[in-house]
Amino acid sequence: MNAPIQSKRAQLKQAKLAATEERLQGLSLPQGGVWATEARQSALARLREMGLPARRDEYWKFTRPDTLIQQEAPVAEVLAHDEAPVFDGIDRLKIVFVDGVFSAAESDPLDLAGVEIERLADAAKADIHWAREIFGVLEARGQSPVERPLAAFNTGFADDGVVVRVTDRAQKPVSLIYRHESETSDAMLHHVVRLEKGADLTLLENGPAAARFNKVLEVDVADGAAFHHVRAQGRDHQRRAATHIFARLGAESVFKSFTLTVNGMLTRNECVVEFTGDDAVAHVAGACLGDGDFLHDDTVFITHDAVACESRQVFKKVLRNGATGVFQGKILVKPGAQKTDGYQKSQSLLLDDDSQFLAKPELEIYADDVACSHGSTSGAIDEEGLFYLRSRGIEEGPATDLMTLAFLAEAVEEIEDEHLAEEITARLEGWLARRRG
Amino acid sequence: MLEIKGLKVKLEEEDKEILKGVDLTVEPGSVHAIMGPNGSGKSTLSYVLSGREGYVVTEGSATLDGEDLLDLEPEERAALGLFLAFQYPVEIPGVGNMTFLRTAVNAQRKARGKEEMNATDFLKLIRAKAKELKIDAEMLKRPVNVGFSGGEKKRNEILQMAMLEPKMCILDETDSGLDVDAMKLVSDGVNALRDAGRGFLVITHYQRLLDHIIPDVVHIMADGRIVKSGGPELAQEVERDGYAGIMAEVPA
Repeated sequence: MNAPIQSKRAQLKQAKLAATEERLQGLSLPQGGVWATEARQSALARLREMGLPARRDEYWKFTRPDTLIQQEAPVAEVLAHDEAPVFDGIDRLKIVFVDGVFSAAESDPLDLAGVEIERLADAAKADIHWAREIFGVLEARGQSPVERPLAAFNTGFADDGVVVRVTDRAQKPVSLIYRHESETSDAMLHHVVRLEKGADLTLLENGPAAARFNKVLEVDVADGAAFHHVRAQGRDHQRRAATHIFARLGAESVFKSFTLTVNGMLTRNECVVEFTGDDAVAHVAGACLGDGDFLHDDTVFITHDAVACESRQVFKKVLRNGATGVFQGKILVKPGAQKTDGYQKSQSLLLDDDSQFLAKPELEIYADDVACSHGSTSGAIDEEGLFYLRSRGIEEGPATDLMTLAFLAEAVEEIEDEHLAEEITARLEGWLARRRG
Repeated sequence: MLEIKGLKVKLEEEDKEILKGVDLTVEPGSVHAIMGPNGSGKSTLSYVLSGREGYVVTEGSATLDGEDLLDLEPEERAALGLFLAFQYPVEIPGVGNMTFLRTAVNAQRKARGKEEMNATDFLKLIRAKAKELKIDAEMLKRPVNVGFSGGEKKRNEILQMAMLEPKMCILDETDSGLDVDAMKLVSDGVNALRDAGRGFLVITHYQRLLDHIIPDVVHIMADGRIVKSGGPELAQEVERDGYAGIMAEVPA
């Protein structure tokens, strides 16, 4: 009975693999030392086995992958600088990439107490390197049960990025700045971060990076270490980005990641977190503002494979003029992961009838003593609040902006550092003010 | 001066008349109280005057200093000097109380053709006014009404009133949810704002608030109309005889 369906599936898979081979034609793995070459070859083998994403794939139903995988990056205009760059007011170590290429001239010296920073290109040249235990390893772990072929593609072919080892409390954040200068740039970056026991690092990322950007960040957080991540994706509207975070968390560790996205025709942010030690905490949050031809996709997968860990997902999307928001979030609680506290919230504020929010919240639980909840809503602006503000003399436009900030607040509050939260709020305010004109 | 003449209002969603012809004049410097049983239309009157959606005025007028209120947007009514202290102040996460008030004060100044108040002057002013209402600096920084107790919310309403310096203040059941001490604090705040140029309309279900904010005139509202008016002693009568007792005297 099932035979025809299977053969249809097999046909689709075959077509996918053929398309993948075609895409890989003429590409060669970057030169590197033994460890990097092995990792890249194995990533390429993974990719060849699963194939690049296709429209029919379960996790690509809401977001078309075509422009992310086609040969040439679609042209993306470079936005003229019209506001001070985000995080300008923050004391940080700056590392600049222009269209996906490290710029030594624009970067600070890679010196920071308690933190070792290298370019991936340099680390990959060595025959032995600590990064071999993480590079492509966390990505490979994150390929099951859901395939993430763009990440394997990245592990195979990205030859720039940073490799960071944190042994202590970093005195200031490490800030990755992605400048976009060429309208046709097609960039891949791969970063590896290892936090040793009890270490602490804040990683900042900002900028559009390129016309098309494929980025992977692998983070290994050892017992008792803390990793904070705040990112602001660039405002260049025609840019496209597919990013992945793969995090492995040790006991009593902390992982907190927040992403702001304003504009961007296509953004797919995947975050894959695995708890491997007890009593750890992971918060993943995002706020996005989209207007018109805008698609923003958050795809999150959190695996609880340890006792008494807390995970929290908070995603808020403001959509107008036909913008689309996608949320695919999953909490998997493995057998024995008792006392798990899993929370997931995805909400959209639809400012008109043309915009849409597509949400697929999933819980899969194999332990009996857990507290997991999820909620997904779409709604218009809160009329009660709007009237309250207007009754105080605030005009409808600014009052709507304040209510929009109020809607996003719960996500922004996930940023622990007050100054970083202020930087993000200022971006939101700026965007709203520009839209109002 | 607030002048309401023959005001009839129905709900937008259903064909139900709530206000059935209200006449009321509040002169500057005076405090009028409106009392009445639940469902008499007291809160509807406050919402219609301040411009909340969901109501249709079918007859009558309402003016503030001769300006027609009913055609204006809520923010325009506020700019004219109308202020409503909400029965249930709304929580607005992510927007600091101070930011909110500064935005409101400057929006009204702008509408009146005045210069915006700078941050330093604003800070000085709000600190002074907050101190009188025992509102601490922490409360000013917190998001608007989020996590505030019932008393804190009402004090925050009075702080807004003090900062915006309206000509006409409507207090909608400001006493609800307040204990005796909080009521005293809120009343003191209101009394401090009483002056010759400012009118008050105090809407309440109970007489106890009027022990603290002594009205010049008390109106009893029932079934969408003002059925009886008198001096402060009328509030005492309500307390003694209940609304049923008073309404028994009113010719149907």
